[in-house]
Amino acid sequence: MSSIHSRATARLALSPAVILLLAWMAIPLAMTLWYSFHDYQLLIPRGNEFVGWENYAYFLTDPAFLHALVNTLALVGGVLLITVAAGIGLALLLDQPIYGRGIVRVLVVSPFFVMPTVSALVWKNMFMNPVNGLLAWLAQLLGMPAIDWLAQAPLLSLVIIVAWGWLPFATLILLTALQSLDAEQKEAAQMDGAGALARFRHITLPHLARPTAVVILIQTIFLLSIFAEILVTTNGGPGTQSTNLAFLVYSQALLRFDVGSASAGGAVAVVLANILALLLMRLVGRNLDA
Amino acid sequence: MAGIALRNVSKAFGMQHVIPCIDLDIGDGELVVFVGPSGCGKSTLLRLIAGLEDATSGQVLIDGRDVTQLAPAQRGLSMVFQSYALYPHMSVRDNIAFPLRMMGMERATVERKVADAARVLNLQDYLDRKPRELSGGQRQRVAIGRAIVREPVAFLFDEPLSNLDAALRVSMRMEIARLHQQFGTTMIYVTHDQTEAMTLADRIVVLNHGRVEQVGTPLQLYRHPASRFVAGFIGSPRMNLIEGPEAARHGAATVGIRPENLVLSDHSGRWQGRVSLAEHLGSDTYVHVDVEGVGALTARAAGDFDVRHGGRVWLTPDEASLHRFDGEGRCVTASEVDHVR
Repeated sequence: MSSIHSRATARLALSPAVILLLAWMAIPLAMTLWYSFHDYQLLIPRGNEFVGWENYAYFLTDPAFLHALVNTLALVGGVLLITVAAGIGLALLLDQPIYGRGIVRVLVVSPFFVMPTVSALVWKNMFMNPVNGLLAWLAQLLGMPAIDWLAQAPLLSLVIIVAWGWLPFATLILLTALQSLDAEQKEAAQMDGAGALARFRHITLPHLARPTAVVILIQTIFLLSIFAEILVTTNGGPGTQSTNLAFLVYSQALLRFDVGSASAGGAVAVVLANILALLLMRLVGRNLDA
Repeated sequence: MAGIALRNVSKAFGMQHVIPCIDLDIGDGELVVFVGPSGCGKSTLLRLIAGLEDATSGQVLIDGRDVTQLAPAQRGLSMVFQSYALYPHMSVRDNIAFPLRMMGMERATVERKVADAARVLNLQDYLDRKPRELSGGQRQRVAIGRAIVREPVAFLFDEPLSNLDAALRVSMRMEIARLHQQFGTTMIYVTHDQTEAMTLADRIVVLNHGRVEQVGTPLQLYRHPASRFVAGFIGSPRMNLIEGPEAARHGAATVGIRPENLVLSDHSGRWQGRVSLAEHLGSDTYVHVDVEGVGALTARAAGDFDVRHGGRVWLTPDEASLHRFDGEGRCVTASEVDHVR
């Protein structure tokens, strides 16, 4: 099959896709790196001169950077924690034979199809608004003072909004995994004297290890670059309390019009994302081997 | 060790009456095989005994104690599943130890019992492996190991050998028979393979459409099938079942004759026919003959009986070994036939 000719033909046939991919990835990356070493401010056009590592120094020593880094990790970690834990719970419930299971499943999945800007606005205006929001009304009903979520706990609010959007994804993957669990295994455990809790701990949880790893890896990729939810709710504030790396880069580039240091921030974000990816592959990737 | 009894047990899934009503007694230390075609309710019956299914009505007694309402684990039974149902993320050691851990047994005792079970089943070298690193036969032995460590009052086997290749099936069959002799524990074994049933069983329960067709020792069933269904199911190759005028001549709706009770000859006999296939097994030759007015018959001849496809042969049934069945498929004896006449 793989004669020299067929391989050459294969390369030829593949090349448009590969070239397109390279152009889409490599050129922007190269341009980002190029700008990151040059002074390039949209408001002060003074000829983009080479400045070495100055942009990096400026970006990394910005007190907002460390804050954004912590916020990014907190956002990813918080959402992962909620979606995986609640996802397992929901998947277990949806796995039960209940009346109208099809409709319930569609309802559970639907948040995933709501675009981030829309869901964030709905949360901001209809749930978390301290005057008209549903949560404020509930608090009032219980005789508690209303919480101005986005001002008092901006990061937690964002975690809740984003987790709401990603919960269906985790639930769906974990549910399909649950359905592939061999019924005879559960019955064997039942015969072996394992109660419901022991069965969950010794049979179901280990079975879910692999899909959970998949959920964590995929979600992390997307959660590192959360932007829309922040833009339409808190705008990174108050101060930098809900600014993550993606939003910080955006604010450098399009709020302060400093393309140079935004590019440096972009390069830093790429490096950090890769470090995190490596760590994650070490931690949860083990489950994927087997 | 304990006897198991079923009293008027029935099972329905919605409107589907899988098991209409069954009464059955299984003696202490007996190896009983439930056999029947697929969908006959044999696995459901086993699961009723195990407690994995709830009986719609009736009682399950173990050692005279009503366990119908008890959870599976409280019945003191062990089960070996068709898919083995090993826990894939646990080592062989942990798989076998699992039921003991669930009982809350001491670590040292668990270790000792697992080691004992591993010795009995020749699994010592595999204790630290995961199930996926084992062959089919080894997985089967692990499943049996997990069943024996609990020291159950009875073992339940649900088609345990159906995923193994033919050679392994024979050796595992012998191993199960050996275990039964060694432990002397009651065993219930479900299979659709009548050879397994014949070779293993103290007694066979033949099931059809959720009803017990016949209960008896393998030879009883072979020699005196109570119904046409049992006659056709037990024995390999199958009993020849003849209908029509030839059966009417014997005063029955169907007559059955086993291949070894047909005498083959190359010059004379009752029926004349053409050989459609001759299977030379060495020790025996099974000759498939098309007989006009009677149908296709299988006869056993000596290994050196020389026939070929298309050859002409004569067949003579041994009248004393004829089985007669009435219109409903029930067995009638020759004297009953005379009586009717």
